[in-house]
Amino acid sequence: MRRVILAVTGTIAGLVALLSFKAHVPTVPVAATTGTGGGSSTSSSSSAARTIPGEFQSVAGTLTPGETTVTSKVATTVYGPVQIELVVKSHKIVKVAVLEQPTNTIHDIQIGEFAFPKLISETLTAQNAKVDAVSGASYTSAGYIASLQSAVDHGL
Amino acid sequence: MGTVVSFDVPDWAGHDAGSGAVLDGVVQWLHWVDATFSPYRDDSEVSRFGRGSLALADCAPEMAEVLAACAEVSALSGGYFTAWPGGRFDPSGYVKGWAIERAAAMLTAAGSAEHSVNGGGDIQCVGDRGPGQAWRVGITDPLRPGSLALVVTGQDFAVATSGVAERGAHIVNPHTGQPAAGLASLTVVGARLAATDAYATAAFAMGPGARDWVEGLDGYEAFAITPGGQVWQTSGFRAYLASA
Repeated sequence: MRRVILAVTGTIAGLVALLSFKAHVPTVPVAATTGTGGGSSTSSSSSAARTIPGEFQSVAGTLTPGETTVTSKVATTVYGPVQIELVVKSHKIVKVAVLEQPTNTIHDIQIGEFAFPKLISETLTAQNAKVDAVSGASYTSAGYIASLQSAVDHGL
Repeated sequence: MGTVVSFDVPDWAGHDAGSGAVLDGVVQWLHWVDATFSPYRDDSEVSRFGRGSLALADCAPEMAEVLAACAEVSALSGGYFTAWPGGRFDPSGYVKGWAIERAAAMLTAAGSAEHSVNGGGDIQCVGDRGPGQAWRVGITDPLRPGSLALVVTGQDFAVATSGVAERGAHIVNPHTGQPAAGLASLTVVGARLAATDAYATAAFAMGPGARDWVEGLDGYEAFAITPGGQVWQTSGFRAYLASA
């Protein structure tokens, strides 16, 4: 489990660092709470908290055998609380869900739309080196040369 | 406008379906499909049939099979799939997946119980990758070229993705005549590639309505990425998510 915990820490640190890059600091009242580890979404009394159905929900209720969830503590940032949930199986992260994030400003929403998916994608990509094939938008003969399938075919 | 087909025939299974002779036969058949069904070739049966200069009865029997299948998907998708995009006969949206599925079946007939065939990003997997080892198929992230959004695994399954990443907005919503722009990419997973690929094309054209539509299809699941980077998936999709 050591690796998993490190990954959690790394992701949280990444999220916090990312959120800290914003130049202007709005005054957001933050009441951070701590996740229970049981996978339940922890709500905050902060006005910044928002749950978007289907996108920012705990997936703890839909686990398959062997999967467990790790819920991060709520990271208190100057922009509001951030909390993520990981689904772990065999010491690997198989899914990342954002339970809570600030949505006060347009920048917050942009972070939710661009930065979080990017971090989630990077978390998964780092572990997914070994695939047999790659599915994507149809490539032509020319596009194939630069494709990930080409990399797989050549044993890269 | 050709593409590349990749064959993966694991050598643990103890047969010669991956041998040169067998693969040569499959490749030859794929070239026949291209010559017969390509809308980019003036002399193909598709082009001649579309112009009305060749009767269906004079076409290869596969033409009737493809036409019937296209009509079926078109009806099932409320017209979001069509073999007549822009009024011109072009069943490519069905033919590619159908040809890959059949190429995989030809390897099965030659004695292979485990292989996968990838035609331009649409994949038919047969059996397992190895003893007790599922196939792993990466799905590209259209917003981050060169990266994977996630990995799906399974045995005897097909994966098809429609999107704008490789060839721009080339899928047209038949109801508006405009390029479909509601999604950056949409992946459908099912048992057989012909239908799976056609459903992916139809669902991509639907845009926001795709989720409910695929949810209602028995045996098919979908995963989509919006132009803004949001993702959604149908309720049964997580059964395919990589976990090891």
